[in-house]
Amino acid sequence: MSSDIRFTDFKSDKQPTWCPGCGDFGTMNGMMKALANTGNDPDNTFVVAGIGCSGKIGTYMHSYALHGVHGRALPVGIGVKSANPDLEVMVSGGDGDGYSIGAGHFVHAVRRNMDMTYVVMDNRIYGLTKGQFSPTSREDFETATSPDGPKQAPVNPLALALAADGSFIAQSFSSDAQRHTEIVQEAVEHDGFGFVNVYSPCVTFNDVDTYDYFRDAIVDLDEEDHDPSDRDAAEAKIMDDDTEYQGVIYQDEKSVPYNERHGLDENMADIPDGAPEDATDLVREFY
Amino acid sequence: MPDDLNWAIGGEAGDGINSTGKIFAQALSRAGRHVFTSKDFASRIRGGYTAYKVRSSTERVESVVDRLDILIALTQRTVEENMDELHEGSVIIYDGERTMMEDFEAPEGMVGLPVPLKRLAEDAGGALMQNIVALGAACEVADFPIENLDEALEKRFGDKGESIVANNREAARLGEEHVVEELDHGEFDYDLETTDDDYVLLNGDEAIGMGAIAAGCRFYSGYPITPATDVMEYLKGRLERYGGHVMQAEDELAAINMALGAARAGARSMTATSGPGIDLMAETFGLVATSETPLVICDVMRSGPSTGMPTKQEQGDLDMLLYGGHGEIPRFVVAPTTISECFHKTVEAFNLAEQYQTPVYLVGDLSLAVTEQTFEPEEFDMESVEIDRGNIVGEDDLDAWLDDNDRFQPHFPAADGISPRTLPGTSGGAHMTTGLEHDELGRRTEEQDVRIEQVDKRNQKVETARENEDWDYREFGDSDAETLVLSWGSNEGAMREAIRFLDEADVDVRFLSVPYLFPRPDLTEEIEAAEDVIVVECNATGQFADVIEGDALTRVKRINKYDGVRFKADELAERITDEIDTAQEVPT
Repeated sequence: MSSDIRFTDFKSDKQPTWCPGCGDFGTMNGMMKALANTGNDPDNTFVVAGIGCSGKIGTYMHSYALHGVHGRALPVGIGVKSANPDLEVMVSGGDGDGYSIGAGHFVHAVRRNMDMTYVVMDNRIYGLTKGQFSPTSREDFETATSPDGPKQAPVNPLALALAADGSFIAQSFSSDAQRHTEIVQEAVEHDGFGFVNVYSPCVTFNDVDTYDYFRDAIVDLDEEDHDPSDRDAAEAKIMDDDTEYQGVIYQDEKSVPYNERHGLDENMADIPDGAPEDATDLVREFY
Repeated sequence: MPDDLNWAIGGEAGDGINSTGKIFAQALSRAGRHVFTSKDFASRIRGGYTAYKVRSSTERVESVVDRLDILIALTQRTVEENMDELHEGSVIIYDGERTMMEDFEAPEGMVGLPVPLKRLAEDAGGALMQNIVALGAACEVADFPIENLDEALEKRFGDKGESIVANNREAARLGEEHVVEELDHGEFDYDLETTDDDYVLLNGDEAIGMGAIAAGCRFYSGYPITPATDVMEYLKGRLERYGGHVMQAEDELAAINMALGAARAGARSMTATSGPGIDLMAETFGLVATSETPLVICDVMRSGPSTGMPTKQEQGDLDMLLYGGHGEIPRFVVAPTTISECFHKTVEAFNLAEQYQTPVYLVGDLSLAVTEQTFEPEEFDMESVEIDRGNIVGEDDLDAWLDDNDRFQPHFPAADGISPRTLPGTSGGAHMTTGLEHDELGRRTEEQDVRIEQVDKRNQKVETARENEDWDYREFGDSDAETLVLSWGSNEGAMREAIRFLDEADVDVRFLSVPYLFPRPDLTEEIEAAEDVIVVECNATGQFADVIEGDALTRVKRINKYDGVRFKADELAERITDEIDTAQEVPT
């Protein structure tokens, strides 16, 4: 790792095809800055991207990366980190990828607490398939597949994370570049599963959860007297349906990540060119 | 046949049937006798008939037969379930003081030995040991000194303390003594010879697990499922000793994606499952192939479809393994035919995966997985294990694989289809890849010429492998015989023994056991040289027979079994004879 890494080193030469004004631009910039600010470089970084508009991030960033199947980005990241704990692993996807098709993995990734970062670009809409409701859409949000609204409660991803004993739970807004970068950076630095739900507006298909809406609605926890180590206080914020919070909502400072609890400290890529030296002992066990 | 013993213990699930059977099997093995075991069990923790069968001989044994000489029956149902295999002179050991067994009488011609199992176990220190009392009684009947049990009892109970081991020895002794002193049964015709040979006793799942460690596998993720769970249980703790890790995933979708992630990071990586799990993994299987990630995916088949008969034998997944998944997916499909081959083919699977950066289906079946068999330890020769990691490129060799803009090309369309591979952490080697069609840089494309180039290069890897590797069959029987028998998977053992039965009846067959299902050996010449071709497999429709017919453009005869039970050697010999007779009656 060299100290002269700039965030643009994490940028590929492929131009994003996101709609002009898409929140994902800001989300990605913050991720690249957070990685550079924490002393990482593209050669020790592994990005796993989900499917959807957000999933294109693997193409627009430069690092080791896999763009996988829909909803399974987190297990891939867990496998990468297990095999080589020296790598910086960042997983990113959208609200559909993480909270709908991949919701099962989300809960288990949170409780497993692997030392990695998960950034969800939450725009409360399915953009790439051109405008259907998502798991975080409002109950009355009218879309092609919900002409009268989904008429079901939206997922509260922060509450899911808290219920699964998440060790780092945060939320940011892609348009507030400085705060978003700071928050993702804290997630990267956290010893454990750093989860950031990012409000990343869709300018094409969501005319409700817009930049203007979030600018007005967001309350920055830095400006409140909030202690992220206070789980009860975090729960109160998370269950408050009337306010959109930005900041680190909960952090367990005693968090010990899965990789440490399981003693994963070797690069599993390093193996001998034959069976392990004492492998014959394995045969003897069957006497 | 006094030296070939067919023994079983049966009762309710939860009666300790398996551990008792295993103790006897281990004792026979340590006494230098060959052993082949099989289990009848139900998918529940308690209740339901279950049995553990042991066949033992001084010669190598490779299958079960329709014959039972000594049966420990803890329930009346155990006798009923095995009536077909019991014969005149069979000995049935039972507890005449047990409720429901008081009125039991051995069927005509058989010898019933009532032994107060529970009472004697209590005398030895606890009712739990009643199976060991029965085992002691069975040893006496078989003329197999109970001292032979000592080592196996130590292995099973050693960690519970010396007094527990001693109590179990006493339980066996009381069982033996009861038969000698209390029962007037005349002489039995058994004399189990022991030898100085050292054998190891293991099942197919364990052989796969041991092969994986030998091959340098360091990451395993899986979700428990019968009959693949033993692979994970074997690896847990052992893989960690070698710096690896076993992760129990939340489902099979996660399991294969975790394994994929570890493989992208450079670890030799594996997941194992059974049919339902293979279905769930199918989508990611395509990603593994398209992203050119080396991965071993083990399918230990059981009866399907859907939940099917989870604890029963079947070879019904072949079509899924050969063709499963949307789109066209290059792959290797390797199916070991014996327990020792499970070890060797696992090592081979890891090499194939990395040499060709292609997913490998490693295929077992329930019969291989839960059967324990003795082998000479040399059959698992660790010195012979060679590891070929394929075209991994380090920092020093990177230049040759960069494009004009110094970008690494993970999907470079080399003539043999095999691209270079950098492992994360390699300076200058950073790259992405994706399940989308991509260019040589791993970036999405829909350009027609690039699409064609990448599809061709991925398929070329299989063609390269077809030329460079040996895809041999295993041959048995008479190579000049007019009857050619083909099979895959675990049928090899039963078929090899069937050849001996057929030989006694002067029926000559040539038998080819095929461990490579894709790519597979070209059998056209062998088929053309034969009068009759019979394909033997454990499924209803004859999936392998279909494949053979397509390859050789001919019709074959089929012997199928899909009742959930493996072929038995004598049964198979009979069915082959029937097929040959039919062929003679109906000229083609």
